[in-house]
Amino acid sequence: MLNVSIYRYNPEVDNEPYMQDFQIDTQGKDIMVLDVLEKLKAEDPTLVFRRSCREGVCGSDGMNISGKNGLACVTPLSEAVKNNKLVIRPLPGLPVIRDLVIDMSQFYAQYEKIQPYMINNTPAPAIERLQSPEERAKLDGLYECILCACCSTACPSFWWNPDKFIGPSGLLQAYRFLADSRDTATEERLANLDDPFSVFRCHGIMNCVQVCPKGLNPTKAIGHIRNMLIRSAT
Amino acid sequence: MVTKVKSVTTVTSLGRSGLSDWLIQRVSAFVMTAYLVFIVGYLVSTPDLSYSQWAALNSSLPMRMFSLLTILSIAAHAWIGMWCVLTDYITVRLIGPKATALRIFFQLGMMAVTLLYVVWAIDILWGI
Repeated sequence: MLNVSIYRYNPEVDNEPYMQDFQIDTQGKDIMVLDVLEKLKAEDPTLVFRRSCREGVCGSDGMNISGKNGLACVTPLSEAVKNNKLVIRPLPGLPVIRDLVIDMSQFYAQYEKIQPYMINNTPAPAIERLQSPEERAKLDGLYECILCACCSTACPSFWWNPDKFIGPSGLLQAYRFLADSRDTATEERLANLDDPFSVFRCHGIMNCVQVCPKGLNPTKAIGHIRNMLIRSAT
Repeated sequence: MVTKVKSVTTVTSLGRSGLSDWLIQRVSAFVMTAYLVFIVGYLVSTPDLSYSQWAALNSSLPMRMFSLLTILSIAAHAWIGMWCVLTDYITVRLIGPKATALRIFFQLGMMAVTLLYVVWAIDILWGI
């Protein structure tokens, strides 16, 4: 039997959050953490968590699994269970709505700040804006982000200043548009990032890289943004 | 459009811009490392160092300039570092509306102490 400890909090009933212990028979199978949660929800329908695609694409079920942020649907028990115990908490640093569901408004507000869309006011060509294979290759490792918030909620700089520091996820996306050959707003984008908080609260501790379920590297993208800021400042 | 952060927090930073603070932080770290390597190297390669040798080294103009540059680097590095720490932990978000006054108090105190140390260090360096 696997021991599972889950963070529970229902603000309508509970005065404060608590950890609830469950026991579950996994029949020795190396199932995903999400499967465990589904089994527990069948027993206790009051348990609340977000999920959708169950294959690491939608980014809904980001949570803190045995101390490390990740997607429950693509984290097998063999990676998460220590001493026959699985501990599940909501992503840290953002307000908890209920159980494992967090309020991600702050995270999305930072995403909105970086203007996550193509800006190009030149007349559109007849078919499409073309890129060379090399230009397209620059977007690899950037466009794959699914906005699960595992990285930003693993970042102490984001914990302390979620209203001012854009956070690893938003900055990875910022670089995705800075690096895009079809985007013409590079200077404006850079000008909006050159304050002491937006980019420069990153001290390069690389928690984001350690937890990203898609294997992306926000720290590297932030380094590229810094280099672009230095070049544009000369 | 994005609104830039312009507030007490930014005004008390050293360079007023993230890029400038970041660059100062890196350059000052390099100067401090160079000084440390030089001093340790000198002490290791001069096992029976006498007072007159040590005084001669530190009263030479190039060494005084190197020492002063290092002290200025420490001051700038500490200013930026302390500013980061204070704006992380003493914020309205974390400890409520009194945070701004408290942070300005600590920030001004830190600046005063840093500047006093710089003046004192100059006095010591040119008093050798």
